[in-house]
Amino acid sequence: MNKQRIIFGGAVILAVSLVAALVVALVLFSIGASPLETYKTILMGPLSDVFGVTEVLVRAVPLLLVGLGIAISFRSGILNIGAEGQIQMGVLASTAVALALPGLPKGILLPLVLLAGALGGALWGGIAGWLRARLQVNEILSTVMLNYIAVQVHTFFLRGPMLDPNELETGSGTPQSMRLPEAAIMDYIVPGTRLHTGLILALVAALLVYVLLWKTTLGYRMRAAGAGAKAARYAGIPVERYLVIAMLLAGGFAGLAGAVEVTGVHHRAIEGISSGYGFAGIVVALFGMLHPGGIIPSSIFFGILLIGADMTQRSAGVPANMVLVLQGVIILAIVSAQSFLRNSYAQARLFRWWSGFKPKKGAQP
Amino acid sequence: MNPGVMTFNVLCLAVPFSVAILLAALGENFNQRAGVFNLGCDGIMCMGAFVGFMLPYFLKAGPMAPYGNLLGLAGALGVGAALGLLFALVTVTFGASQGIAGIGLQMLGWGLSGTLFRHFVGGVTGVEGILAMPIPWLSRIPFLGGVFFNHNPMAYVAFLLVPASWFLLYKTPWGLKVRAVGTHPRAADTMGINVVRTRYQALMLGGAMAGLAGAYLSLAQAKMFSDDLVAGRGFIAVALVYFGRWSPLGILGGALLFSIAQSFQLSMQVWGIKFPYEFAVMLPYVLVIVVLALARKARQLGPTDLGKPYNREMRF
Amino acid sequence: MTAMLEPISELKLEGITKRFPGVLACDGISLQVRRGEVLALVGENGAGKTTLMNIIMGLYRPDSGSLFVNGEEVHFRTPGDAYARGIGMVHQHFMLVPNMTVAENLALGLKQLHHFMWLDIKGAARRIREVSERYELPVNPDAYIWQLSVGEQQRVELVKTLCLGARLLILDEPTSALTPQETDDLIERLQRMASELAIIFISHKLNEVKALSDRVSILRHGAVVFNGHTVNHEPAELAALMTGHEVTLPRNEGTGRPGKPLLSVKNLCVRGDRGNLVLDGLNLELRAGEILGVAGVSGNGQRELADTLAGLRAVESGEILFEGQNLANCSPRAIIDAGMGYVPEDRQTEGIVPSFSVKDNFILKDFASQQFSKLSFLRRREIDRHADQLKAGFDIRCPSTSTATGALSGGNIQKVILAREIARGPKALVAVYPTRGIDMGAQEFIHSQLLDHRRKGVGIVLISEELEEVMNLSDRIAVIYKGKILKTLPAVEATRERLGILMAGLTDTDSPPEPAASALPSAGAVHE
Repeated sequence: MNKQRIIFGGAVILAVSLVAALVVALVLFSIGASPLETYKTILMGPLSDVFGVTEVLVRAVPLLLVGLGIAISFRSGILNIGAEGQIQMGVLASTAVALALPGLPKGILLPLVLLAGALGGALWGGIAGWLRARLQVNEILSTVMLNYIAVQVHTFFLRGPMLDPNELETGSGTPQSMRLPEAAIMDYIVPGTRLHTGLILALVAALLVYVLLWKTTLGYRMRAAGAGAKAARYAGIPVERYLVIAMLLAGGFAGLAGAVEVTGVHHRAIEGISSGYGFAGIVVALFGMLHPGGIIPSSIFFGILLIGADMTQRSAGVPANMVLVLQGVIILAIVSAQSFLRNSYAQARLFRWWSGFKPKKGAQP
Repeated sequence: MNPGVMTFNVLCLAVPFSVAILLAALGENFNQRAGVFNLGCDGIMCMGAFVGFMLPYFLKAGPMAPYGNLLGLAGALGVGAALGLLFALVTVTFGASQGIAGIGLQMLGWGLSGTLFRHFVGGVTGVEGILAMPIPWLSRIPFLGGVFFNHNPMAYVAFLLVPASWFLLYKTPWGLKVRAVGTHPRAADTMGINVVRTRYQALMLGGAMAGLAGAYLSLAQAKMFSDDLVAGRGFIAVALVYFGRWSPLGILGGALLFSIAQSFQLSMQVWGIKFPYEFAVMLPYVLVIVVLALARKARQLGPTDLGKPYNREMRF
Repeated sequence: MTAMLEPISELKLEGITKRFPGVLACDGISLQVRRGEVLALVGENGAGKTTLMNIIMGLYRPDSGSLFVNGEEVHFRTPGDAYARGIGMVHQHFMLVPNMTVAENLALGLKQLHHFMWLDIKGAARRIREVSERYELPVNPDAYIWQLSVGEQQRVELVKTLCLGARLLILDEPTSALTPQETDDLIERLQRMASELAIIFISHKLNEVKALSDRVSILRHGAVVFNGHTVNHEPAELAALMTGHEVTLPRNEGTGRPGKPLLSVKNLCVRGDRGNLVLDGLNLELRAGEILGVAGVSGNGQRELADTLAGLRAVESGEILFEGQNLANCSPRAIIDAGMGYVPEDRQTEGIVPSFSVKDNFILKDFASQQFSKLSFLRRREIDRHADQLKAGFDIRCPSTSTATGALSGGNIQKVILAREIARGPKALVAVYPTRGIDMGAQEFIHSQLLDHRRKGVGIVLISEELEEVMNLSDRIAVIYKGKILKTLPAVEATRERLGILMAGLTDTDSPPEPAASALPSAGAVHE
């Protein structure tokens, strides 16, 4: 059974990668870039030196955290598209706590800051969960709207209450917060690079998510609510409650990703800090088959893509928006491939259609 | 200020605001009536806006310049229909989960329009676009003339499309088929209706209308293109379909309500009422959530097979 | 409707074979039917009847074999092609779009009403009136489908099919949702229509087959195993041929002594999905060690009653007393913990989580119990042991208990559900349509399990549309009509006629039945 699942997953990933590569090659061709060269730069470029590898991992950390949260929500039957907004709320909450309690020792402040980030994201995700559970508001639409709202809230705080006083004095007015106190900043793993201890945190989180979903009764409940809401209800599982819990957890992981970006990479809240991780996280989760064991490699792969896209923009002039196109195509291809490979009727139909082109000799008697 | 004048200003501003979401929502209504939930509407609008802008921009200096706008609109319709076709392939033929696929299409449209814009155009530039066309005589009617008959020709088209799409849905054979495949596709199939073909047609029409809505934004409203021109209007359009309970008239009401709120928010800034800018900008999005929460009961009235792929050989 | 082609006078099938992934649904089937003749096609669920008819209608393409109309080979690609040759079908699940009118439903199929940008809906209404007068099938073309009763929808289906020009009618289990009286009425109409039409009548109710058909063909595992003239064969003989062996479903011998009152429902009022009262002052009494059958035409509140007993529907007023404790508006969890078991109507979506393994479905209600979890971690070893035990005890045929439950056959899924519910040791069990659409073997097993637990003192509420099932198993039978229990009879006093009158909403005293008027021989021991 498990073997079958892995083969199935492999087939999906292979089909998807091929289709996505072809479609994007077409786009690249149309804007006059060489697809092969671009792919080479994107995939090989980031891995050519140690610094590149650490940068990939720096990108993979938030992707992994966001992807884990999205996997929890998708498995529980609620489609969280709102990680982008949840990240920003995590950024705000963690920055606020770090700036409000500068005197605390690192052993207390850093965990507190991370927790605050997770809570901020959880709150933002929880709104969508509650709206769905209580008022049957479509969670895709509500999380998308909450993304737009979060951008404005984030900007409001960075331009107003949380604006760095230095920016006001020097007059440049860049909307960003003050630098965090040293006690709220993560250590570096590899000196001279930006790779921070958030990586370890994210890997531990992946393990915890695996245990949560498959080894505990809470995970059982959430998966049952997601895979068969009606049956779960008949079995006495209050499905609505687990929708909210799933959204709290999903938002929490996204918020944690925001806090990790603040404490590990930027050391202050800045505009555009989520930089599309929220959307990329959806692709990471789907590409990882909604399983922590798949999401870890998938987050590294998309880390490579993000760095690689930056490099091609500089070297080959291919706009970095290209990554968004790639992600869109991957989503479309992945959901198509999954439902096609699960639908034996469609396969039989395709087979009939295909064998219609061949001489009758090949047909079974 | 005189309250009458204030109302007049708000309403005059609201009508152009409503056009893009109205067009897109009328299109999305065809998708949903046929049983397909297309969240990629936003991405289609991005591509429609880009193509609608790009054709007149490139033809500006050439001999085709006088036809630039028309070609732009045609291109937007075409690219919208093509993306609708792609979505039909993914959701109807492959039977993929419509919610996630919609997000994929949105990212694709958004990313592709941005990529192509940066490559072919680069920076911010404007086009002449489609100019307003006050209707003779009617536009001079006091109050009403200014509110309804002093707009861009595309606005008139959009409003005429409300009765037109009602007629199409309820009085034509094609509308009958669309309503049937969205509610009980198997029944339609046993009556010799091609479910797959009908859904493809509805998605292409819906996509074309979303493309047109995008072109309205770039050609008539902003007269320029940027990455965030569409700014989630596609999602708002999807929400309006729920709010309007799958009826063109209800959608018109929703679009007007929504754009009045938006123009009120802008007018408030003009009137000098102190209100943080960011909160004013987020207002429409908050409104969508409120509207969705209020419209939750509508579900039973809608196409009951919404979101489910149809497979003839799948047994009960 | 097609003036070019001569009307259908004969349909012939030769060697029709159709495979579905994993199933050989039709295996070289040959059949023939002529005008003026009624061919009954009987067989168990899953024997391939419906698949075969869908092939005739052009919904499925056969893998091999051919169809001949009036001796000429035809290839139907859509139902439209079949209608063009005068073949029409009334499906078991009505193929009517609920939020459209009768005329609109017909207009879907009548292509000559489809003009460019204009639909001739008046033409459709006219056509309906013509046909409904000619065949004496009264139908209002402007009514919305959702406003009509099941019997009326059946009539609409017949009229629709005739309007589309069908001269060969395929009727797929047309009586499954009708009261006995409505069934008699339908059979009578069909007998009158048979002279000018050809009819293929699909059923597993052999008394109806006997009453209506001229010839009978029996399908088993996708192949024709018997062809003959109906008059020469007794229902019992046909039943044995249908299942391949003598089947005697277990019966309630009525030997148990009624125990103490277990569940008593008093004046229950519940609102349906449309906001109207679907249960309107319903009263019910269940004792330990008895089976209480709830009979009725579907749509009279059975579904809502079952949902309410499971705690999934809000109670407007009234009480559900279970051993003295009021369970009205309690959570499903509280009701489960009180000792109620439940076999839901829709086993695929309500009874199991299809993508979960068999063993995970076994613990759907008990994953949090001491037995299966410790400190909120699941005890996998114990879960596996439990699953193996149930798999053997209930004869569940699956490759392993890790198989996804949704991949099992209907009968096996039902066994999984029953095993889970019974293993929990319930005091009362609510079973809704427990044998709908499953094969005889599984049916026999489930019936004997229910009777077995009745003997052990479990109180069972059996909600079913199959009168025979209710009459075979119950100690007492309650008839539900428009959200009320009209009357509760001891099973020994219940006859098909008497229940039929009650199911139609008439109380016993209103008009005594006239058994002679019935077109059917009264139900014998044989059924299915």
